[in-house]
Amino acid sequence: MAVDMRLPTVRKQISLSGSQSTDGKHLVVPGDVITSDTGFMRGHGTYMDDEKLTASVAGEVERVNKLICVRPLKTRFNGEVGDVVVGRITEVQQKRWKVETNSRLDSVLLLSSVNLPGGELRRRSAEDELAMRDYLQEGDLISAEVQSVFSDGALSLHTRSLKYGKLGQGVLVQVSPSLVKRQKTHFHNLPCGASIILGNNGYIWLYPTPGQQDEEAGGYYTSLEPVPLPDREVISRLRNCLLALAAHKVLLYDTSVLYCYESSLSHQMKDILKPEIMDEIVMETRQRLLEQEG
Amino acid sequence: MAGLELLSDQGYRLDGRRAAELRKVQARMGVFAQADGSAYIEQGNTRALAVVYGPHEVRGSRSKTLHDRAVINCQYSMATFSTAERKRRPHGDRKSSEMSLHLKQTFEAAVLTQLYPRSQIDIYVKILQSDGGNYSACVNAATLALVDAGIPMRDYVCACTAGFVEDTPLADLCHAEESGGGTTLALALLPRSENIALVQMDARLHQDHLDALMEAAMMACKGLSKVLDSVVRQHLQEVSVLTRE
Repeated sequence: MAVDMRLPTVRKQISLSGSQSTDGKHLVVPGDVITSDTGFMRGHGTYMDDEKLTASVAGEVERVNKLICVRPLKTRFNGEVGDVVVGRITEVQQKRWKVETNSRLDSVLLLSSVNLPGGELRRRSAEDELAMRDYLQEGDLISAEVQSVFSDGALSLHTRSLKYGKLGQGVLVQVSPSLVKRQKTHFHNLPCGASIILGNNGYIWLYPTPGQQDEEAGGYYTSLEPVPLPDREVISRLRNCLLALAAHKVLLYDTSVLYCYESSLSHQMKDILKPEIMDEIVMETRQRLLEQEG
Repeated sequence: MAGLELLSDQGYRLDGRRAAELRKVQARMGVFAQADGSAYIEQGNTRALAVVYGPHEVRGSRSKTLHDRAVINCQYSMATFSTAERKRRPHGDRKSSEMSLHLKQTFEAAVLTQLYPRSQIDIYVKILQSDGGNYSACVNAATLALVDAGIPMRDYVCACTAGFVEDTPLADLCHAEESGGGTTLALALLPRSENIALVQMDARLHQDHLDALMEAAMMACKGLSKVLDSVVRQHLQEVSVLTRE
């Protein structure tokens, strides 16, 4: 079998607009004094060092009236109410599951905030508490929505809608949370034949487009039917496209993923991850996104 | 030490440096995609790799959780091929655990841990090639990795060693100079405030010389901080060009 080998090289980052775009941005590193004026309010990523407002992370300064924050380039997921997340169950406790969501602390999914099989108005009894592991056990992946944020920054999740719940067969791609664009909906049935959940926490779930959903199961039914080969191929191609876009820091949303998928069609699936082909595909995607924006 | 002249009459050291000169420093941030933050540094022939995970939920023993700040967990290891003689255990021996502890103390002084109650920050550093100043290479690499991970810090932590030979303080010792039997001082400094995060000296030194030695180490740390600063700014520039919106 022929094997591709290559030497390590410096990967050049491509950008359509060149390098002129950093001007006007106020970039700081930890320890930089942002201002010594006392009339400002201290936001995230800053601290007071004898009366001087100082940055504590490397990133871009954001000013909102009197409030100064520094947004780091890369950070863990900071959840907000209403965010769609994909997470993995790490622990089953009394009346709650602990979910790993790429956040600073594990998120909590309360038994009272899931839809159990058998409809909305079902009472939760002691038996339900004992049977919690039958619904979700350690290692299971779920999609959920952020219901509230606790004072220490931990998230409380809920799955009280049929679109949320346990995830069955599919592929998980992990990217930086800042790359996922906030949109009205994060669930998409892509026309190329697969579905995608773009979690705000940077966890992206690719799965074959489901047929008719069984409402009785309340989102806890997982199909173990083998997925047909064409579907698997589409999902694998989408996965490689997502990795290519993430490597070039292109924002991920339905249009960008779809455009990337379309421009990758002329290449073999395994070639998408080769740096030069990746460059080409991402360049084409960027061009189309710019054209579409007008 | 017979036969080995650490400082020549002309004022040059074994590798041709002046007394206060640093070795060549090269560094890169974001070398791994999977970790929250990562960095690689070369200080002369000493090479170190640092990876940061977190802040995340405390794993392992729950009892370590602190309710007012984050726990910092450091692990120092040396690759088996890093020294002239092959090492048997990459980590877990007494020297490594001591180094891990020192790293932990250093970063507890610099990271704003009180922002992340009940979480944990993992710092893993590995020496790939050892040529003196392992502690300082680790601290510098870990600082860059923490910056890459977006973890809030008071300032960079820069570390450097200094030695004392023939009434002259030498900055940034290499392995030959470190093992030459003289005094070695390792200093970790927050350069802007000149606060000391950690200082360690293993051998005897006359009290009169201490100030000169500290002064030399501080100058070296400040020199290093300029290099790290330019690396971070360069990285910031490159990434923010791509993520402009």
